[in-house]
Amino acid sequence: MSSPTNTSTHHTSTIGSIGAPSRRNTELALLVFAVLIPVFAYANVGLAIDDEVPAGLLSYGLGLGLLAGVGHLVVRKFAPYADPLLLPLATLLNGLGLVAIWRLDQSALLRGIGVAGGKATNQLIYTALGIALFSVVLIFLKDHRVLQRYTYISMVGALVLLLLPLVPGLGADITYGAKIWIQVGSFTIQPGEFAKIVLAVFFAGYLMVKRDALALASRRFMGLYLPRGRDLGPIIVVWMISILILVFETDLGTSLLFFGMFVIMLYVATERTSWIVFGLLMSAVGAVGVASFEPHVQTRVQAWLDPMREYTLSRTPNGDGMVHSEQAMQALWAFGSGGTLGTGWGQGHSELIRFAANSDFILATFGEELGLAGIMAILLIYGLIVERGVRTALAARDPFGKLLAIGLSGAFALQVFVVAGGVMGLIPLTGMTMPFLAYGGSSVIANWALIGILIRISDTARRPAPAPAPNPDAEMTQVVRPS
Amino acid sequence: MNKPLRRIAIFCGLLVLALLVRDNWLQYVKADSLKEDPDNRRVLIARYATPRGDIIVDGKAITGHAETTTGDFKYKRTYKDGAMWAPVTGFVSQAYGANQLESIEDGILTGNDDRLFFRNTLDMITGKAKEGGNVVTTLNAAAQKAAYDGLKKQGGKGAVAALDPTTGKILALASYPSYDPSTIAGGSESDEKAWKALDKKNNPDDPMLNRALREVYPPGSTFKVVTAAAALENNLYDGADSKTDSPLPWTMPGTTTQLKNEGNIPCKNATLRVALQYSCNTVFGKVGSDLGNDKMLAEAKKFGFDEEQFTPVRSSASVFSKDMAPSEVALSSIGQFNTAASPLQMAMVASAVANDGTLMKPYMVDELQAPNVDPISKTDPEKMSQPLSAENAQILQSMMETVVKDGTGKNAQIDGVTVGGKTGTAQHGENNSKNPYAWFLSYAKVGNSSPVAVAVVIEDDNAVRDDISGGGLAAPIAKSVMEAVIDSKK
Repeated sequence: MSSPTNTSTHHTSTIGSIGAPSRRNTELALLVFAVLIPVFAYANVGLAIDDEVPAGLLSYGLGLGLLAGVGHLVVRKFAPYADPLLLPLATLLNGLGLVAIWRLDQSALLRGIGVAGGKATNQLIYTALGIALFSVVLIFLKDHRVLQRYTYISMVGALVLLLLPLVPGLGADITYGAKIWIQVGSFTIQPGEFAKIVLAVFFAGYLMVKRDALALASRRFMGLYLPRGRDLGPIIVVWMISILILVFETDLGTSLLFFGMFVIMLYVATERTSWIVFGLLMSAVGAVGVASFEPHVQTRVQAWLDPMREYTLSRTPNGDGMVHSEQAMQALWAFGSGGTLGTGWGQGHSELIRFAANSDFILATFGEELGLAGIMAILLIYGLIVERGVRTALAARDPFGKLLAIGLSGAFALQVFVVAGGVMGLIPLTGMTMPFLAYGGSSVIANWALIGILIRISDTARRPAPAPAPNPDAEMTQVVRPS
Repeated sequence: MNKPLRRIAIFCGLLVLALLVRDNWLQYVKADSLKEDPDNRRVLIARYATPRGDIIVDGKAITGHAETTTGDFKYKRTYKDGAMWAPVTGFVSQAYGANQLESIEDGILTGNDDRLFFRNTLDMITGKAKEGGNVVTTLNAAAQKAAYDGLKKQGGKGAVAALDPTTGKILALASYPSYDPSTIAGGSESDEKAWKALDKKNNPDDPMLNRALREVYPPGSTFKVVTAAAALENNLYDGADSKTDSPLPWTMPGTTTQLKNEGNIPCKNATLRVALQYSCNTVFGKVGSDLGNDKMLAEAKKFGFDEEQFTPVRSSASVFSKDMAPSEVALSSIGQFNTAASPLQMAMVASAVANDGTLMKPYMVDELQAPNVDPISKTDPEKMSQPLSAENAQILQSMMETVVKDGTGKNAQIDGVTVGGKTGTAQHGENNSKNPYAWFLSYAKVGNSSPVAVAVVIEDDNAVRDDISGGGLAAPIAKSVMEAVIDSKK
């Protein structure tokens, strides 16, 4: 494989010196906005709450600018042909998330219950770690196909990550319901966020090898080509693991995310619609089945169907002996009170959501203070990230890259849908966080790694002089041999 | 692989679209109902975020505001002489809502009223904080103080209502025992403690009851003014000074029970004037039963009985029953049996007589003001009914003036002022076992018009039964209220 420098030279010699088509300068220009917008928002919060420009504005602006700059330089050096939108969009969301977290840090109510206070500083550190991991990915992962080597290690890794919260003494039950955290010293980690990426690597590697076999149909039934019975094995295994997550970690979101990601990748790998139908059926059976005996899931479904009743129950001491949360209703009130244009930064009362106001429910703060307009903008930014991810998958020249890119983008889209949908009352609430916006180290660091991988794939895909597309079998032999 | 990729792209687009649609539903379609949902704490936070407007008496605020130190409600209400003014203001509490005037005029006081919308919009544009408007009352501070101090000195439960007969303005509205609404205005533990202590369940005195408006008492002999008005209006007897057909003793029709008078008083065939002067049960009982239920009821209704009054604070409906037997009508006509009246009602009776037969609608809100004291709306005096003709009203006035000059109401005499009144001592309880209520209603005349009509009721558990009479306990309070009003007009 030729080095980036070589390809670049080669490219310039063919097209002429019109300028780099790498779009790195576009990215830089967009990054300026992606840093300036949160800086203005930060100043706005201070002006709204204390009538003065916040003292930390300079260090915050410099910090975010520095991180964005490092990200940009790393991309410029190590992935010059990468998609120019991914980094600015992620930076913008990360920056706005920091502002919202800082804004909630100002709430005496949240500080009183330990949810807020100094969290923005932590988040900035997490962001730095995220950018660091992002850089590590781009510097050391010269070609995403290297990941293929780790297909089965990834499987083991993902399973370990997923099961960690269930290990006695390690799992932390820090919120009601979902058990998806582990406690290491004073840190809590959400291994599911990392498992998302590792699992995508495994699925991509596995499906790339097995896709022809899985695409074989046994018979036609009602216009669908049904897969052979023995090919149902993998999907059933993933389904059962998802069910186990749902039952033992009581987290609908993680469960749905992993299963959904697998179905998407399976469908892309095999081009068989029947897998989608199977996937939907199995999700429905699994969800309904678990909901019929798992009280946590039932509570969440009830809270979704009638949040007001849940709110009333949470306010009734010694109600029916179950744990009830007013959060769902409080989030709806926050959104409603924001209306079309919102109250403006710092002028809402999303602290009423109390617990997890700056993590799982952070979207409600945006909803209240930036209104419908702000939420639509944020949803569109997420949509754009997903779109760039899918575009990367389309542009990728190797099946592994395609599968990995679509897996990560699909998981990202599903996560946004599951969290935003849950907070807005479209679907039952789950214990996941909005990528980049929400407070939490695991989420920020893992999502920066995810963006790093997408950027790496897009760089490979958009590189002007590709290495001749190897056939998958040849690729396989290349991969297993140590180079 | 690209075909399924494109489909997945569409699928992801649909996910985002579903979120966008849901968000529009939530933040556009449902926004207002969520925003104004009374369970949404933001409604309360906004309510207490700005200083509440004031309730004003004689150009001075009787309310104020203080910044709270804890919680998310910024300002709480304070009251000056809270206990004295509680029957006028009601309370507003961060924890327990509001009642009476504080509740009825909440929109103006918080600044949320639609009539302030234009101003609020301007303030929003100019960046000025929202302010509450003021409620200017009709009350007279001196009269209120006289009323409350009089009740307090007396020590028993009681109430005073005073009106300006020519306009219907409420001048005094006192109730005792009372409470200081400041003690429950916040949301802290001490407010909760105070609230529990005021609760009727824990406090037999029920200090939060607005007795001037919300309690009805048997009016006793004071109701004879209404009966006398009915007799005059229906031409039962020719004026105040012709002999009535009143045997003594008198057995109530349809019964073998004799109606008794208090003591040995000259009631046999007494004129209406003498009968009112001595408070003859026999004369007025027979007048009532002679007129019949329908005519008595019609007259009582003209005075405002049997309906709630909205001042705008609601007063309980006073009672004069229908479909009664003649003996019951007789008892009702001397203010016993089912007959019951609020102090405001009896003040209305006195005021209608004093205002030459025209009853003005009682009201306590003179004007609503915007935060910059621009008037938003002003209440105009409104005629409510004409219970008796001007001629008959003047006859009745002369009768009531005799009561104060020579009869049971001498304690209400004021030097240089014509005062008309009527005492009452109403029995109540099983077999009249409880202490009677002492009533006094009166008006004062300066020149040709009357600036004040007042009704006082006192229930004294501790007093010896014989000592209670409207003239002894209630008349001095009525007198001091009337004096206060007359002095304040000088």
